[in-house]
Amino acid sequence: MREIAAETVAETVARLCMEANYDLGEDVEGALRAALEREESEVGRGILRQILENAAIARQEKIPICQDCGLAVVFLELGQEVHIVGGDLYEAVNEGVRRGYREGYLRKSVVRQPFSARQNTGDNTPAVIHTRIVPGEHLRITVAPKGGGSENMSRLAMLTPAAGRQGIVNFVLRTVDEAGANPCPPIILGVGIGGSFERVAYLAKYALLRPLGTPNPDPELADLERELLERVNRLGIGPQGFGGRITALAVHVEAEPCHIASLPAAVNIQCHAARHKEAVL
Amino acid sequence: MKRITTPLTEETVAGLRAGDQVLITGTIYVARDAAHKRLAALLEEGKELPFDPRGQIIYYMGPSPARPGRVVGAAGPTTSGRIDPYTPALLRAGLKGMIGKGNRSPEVRRAIQEYRAVYFAAIGGAGALISRSITASEVVAYPELGAEALLRMQVEDFPAIVVNDIYGGDAYEEGKRTYRIEE
Repeated sequence: MREIAAETVAETVARLCMEANYDLGEDVEGALRAALEREESEVGRGILRQILENAAIARQEKIPICQDCGLAVVFLELGQEVHIVGGDLYEAVNEGVRRGYREGYLRKSVVRQPFSARQNTGDNTPAVIHTRIVPGEHLRITVAPKGGGSENMSRLAMLTPAAGRQGIVNFVLRTVDEAGANPCPPIILGVGIGGSFERVAYLAKYALLRPLGTPNPDPELADLERELLERVNRLGIGPQGFGGRITALAVHVEAEPCHIASLPAAVNIQCHAARHKEAVL
Repeated sequence: MKRITTPLTEETVAGLRAGDQVLITGTIYVARDAAHKRLAALLEEGKELPFDPRGQIIYYMGPSPARPGRVVGAAGPTTSGRIDPYTPALLRAGLKGMIGKGNRSPEVRRAIQEYRAVYFAAIGGAGALISRSITASEVVAYPELGAEALLRMQVEDFPAIVVNDIYGGDAYEEGKRTYRIEE
């Protein structure tokens, strides 16, 4: 049994909220540079250059990469040998979000009473927290702020088993085509397949955490990722929707077993400001 | 690259074509859906708006908080489609320009032609870079909306691209058509 103080969790979450919002991951920046090489549209190349310049300014001056500093989505991998002491784990996560968004000059973008009063909670809480209990004595915390523009264009479909691989490909292409310029392309696609109605949406979001350009270890899924990326980039939407070869930087697929009657599929669209930072306690 | 200044004149608007890259200098107003809902309600009731919209540009944006000594935090565009339901009434009231990102509804595109206005896009997700073009910011109304308050800003060489012009041009459609590879 290993003890971790709730306060340590809060401090860590606060730091990760700020780092995620100022410091674009090297994998994303690398993918943007590679996109700049391959983009044929002059307007598109200009946009990619400005996105890269933006990342440099954000990192240097500690200004958020995007004013939409996101809903704080927090993934916890909690070792079963860990004992959290001195407070409630989820309250510690929310306290970290509260501090990080206040001290980091990050925009608070959460409202309560979603279809009526829509009153801002004022501190960007509550976070959306996904917990997985795993063997071991560590706590892995990943903070993934998610913007509203790309989240709004995400879709879920309960396909029939007969739809098969082609059905999934068509669903992904239709989703990206309908999204057009709205989710701030170049985008990253998290695709969930299988599981259940709620599980497939989680898989799509979880897929976004994988370092860009790392294929799924399952050859069949890696092949699907390749096909999807190639075909999404034939849509012609391009950087910010002004036309071009680079609509998506990467497609990540995660799949799980599902019911004999079902073929759930979900597409979580992520804008180019793909922010996530993790720490292991 | 065309340099334009606000307020927008008939002549300036008529000279802009879908796909033109522009640098905007002058005063602009800033509002998201929550503020638009209130503006549209005032117009509906025949009441006066907190600012005179004639010839003006509204930027669809909600900034992150400014650090001490700064004018503004990150300040990139939000998705324009959410503002669509409120837009034709503002164009009828004399609004001449909008800055956001993403597609407009057929109703808004028709209203842009009918009322001779222009829709620009700024780069979504480039909020740190865009903040450098903003030299002043003040709250005009609805401070209780926080990041969604109605603001007035001074901008200098604010970079944007014309999406929809008075001639029915649409830079998103044209761009996609050029690069799409049909299967």
